[in-house]
Amino acid sequence: MIDFDTKKFHINPNYRLQFEEAQKCHVLLYPEGLVKLSDTAVEILSRCKQAVHKKTLIEDLQKDYPEAETLAADVSDFLEHAASESWLVVVED
Amino acid sequence: MLEDNNNDYIPMWLLAELTYACPLQCPYCSNPLSLPAGRKEELTKEDWIRVMKEARKLGAVQIGFSGGEPLVRKDCVDLIGTANDLGFYCNLITSALPLTEKKIEECKEAGIKHIQISFQGSDKETNAKFGGTDSFEHKLAMTKAVIDKEIPLGLNFVLHRQNIHQVTDFLMMAENLGAEFVELANTQYYAWALHNRDKLLPSQQQLIEAENATNRFRDQHKGNMNAIFVAPDYYERRPKKCSAGWGTTFITVTPEGDVLPCQSAKIIDGIEFPNVKDNSLGEIWQRSDLFNRFRGTSWMTEPCRSCPEKEQDLGGCRCQAFMLTGDAYATDPICDKSPQHDIIEKAIASAQVDDEEAQPLYFRNTKNSKKLSAMEEGS
Repeated sequence: MIDFDTKKFHINPNYRLQFEEAQKCHVLLYPEGLVKLSDTAVEILSRCKQAVHKKTLIEDLQKDYPEAETLAADVSDFLEHAASESWLVVVED
Repeated sequence: MLEDNNNDYIPMWLLAELTYACPLQCPYCSNPLSLPAGRKEELTKEDWIRVMKEARKLGAVQIGFSGGEPLVRKDCVDLIGTANDLGFYCNLITSALPLTEKKIEECKEAGIKHIQISFQGSDKETNAKFGGTDSFEHKLAMTKAVIDKEIPLGLNFVLHRQNIHQVTDFLMMAENLGAEFVELANTQYYAWALHNRDKLLPSQQQLIEAENATNRFRDQHKGNMNAIFVAPDYYERRPKKCSAGWGTTFITVTPEGDVLPCQSAKIIDGIEFPNVKDNSLGEIWQRSDLFNRFRGTSWMTEPCRSCPEKEQDLGGCRCQAFMLTGDAYATDPICDKSPQHDIIEKAIASAQVDDEEAQPLYFRNTKNSKKLSAMEEGS
């Protein structure tokens, strides 16, 4: 698990995030498998290509989606899930 | 024969069987019984590049470089590089014998994302006995090298009656090495394994013990290692789906360019096998008789046709139905609703007789290939 309050993180460098024309959606590819991503998941994950802090990530997203009231909580939940699936990995200082 | 929704199916997985040549002689090999006399008929690098481009166009995202031993092909690393550039997630399925530290580095630079290394036993002797070569230490060294280079690694341990007791040892070994994924894959009884079934099929008791050992290990070692146990279907009451559904998810291209819905399909009589030298992958996937023949449920006969569970297992494996009953349209005899389920019961009973005088294991080599191919033609 990632300590999101202190650590920076990014997408697992061994995974691939890309848009698939045939599927008409973004997918995240990992050893012998894939997951089709929702628009929200893509919006968050595409901002995690470079190392990022949770606080910065939420601030950036909130700027682009000012009307989203539960954004901070939703992003936190998503990050926990993404970390448990190894989509995200911690960046050691 | 055509169904309306062929375009809805996307071959997510391309299995590229680069060559059937292999330094091992495993007696449970899933490759055909006949060994090619030479490698002249294999697809060229240009053919493979075209195949990969056509597969990407159909929506394939995962590619498995397999064989035989894919690294026997000198252009394997180049093909990995092209696949990676095309947007594939590249998996290499290898015996590790041709690997060196340099080769692993080259694979990584080319864009390999996952390497699966097979073991034939959890110690030097067992591994040598079933692989037919003394390769245990090299496999260990290459496993460590893959992990050191931070390439996701999966270990594949093929289980059968004569090594299934090693499950815990193997899991310990995998954990000590630092593997992320371990597949405890029971032999499935096709091709070479079918001919060695009496010597390889475990007893139900052995299977239960191995599965319990795997669960105990998972409970005691709550680490990052993900271990999956794949049981042989002979002890199930319902059959397994063919490759997630015939012609729905997987597309296999053989070394000579035949295109198959699964690795075994070429054993089925009376079907024409399309080849990438004659047709595009798209035409084959959408329009060929082979891919449409067992898509969906409309091809089914009884008892499948009126079975309430038909959508769940799609009648089971067509290759197994053909191999064991002689009819590719029959219910997979694994199913206990099959009128021919006694074939499975007899196979289990026959495998439980420990007869040292009986025929020894057929290892995959030229001599045994000729012998078994002749037997199959004669039957």
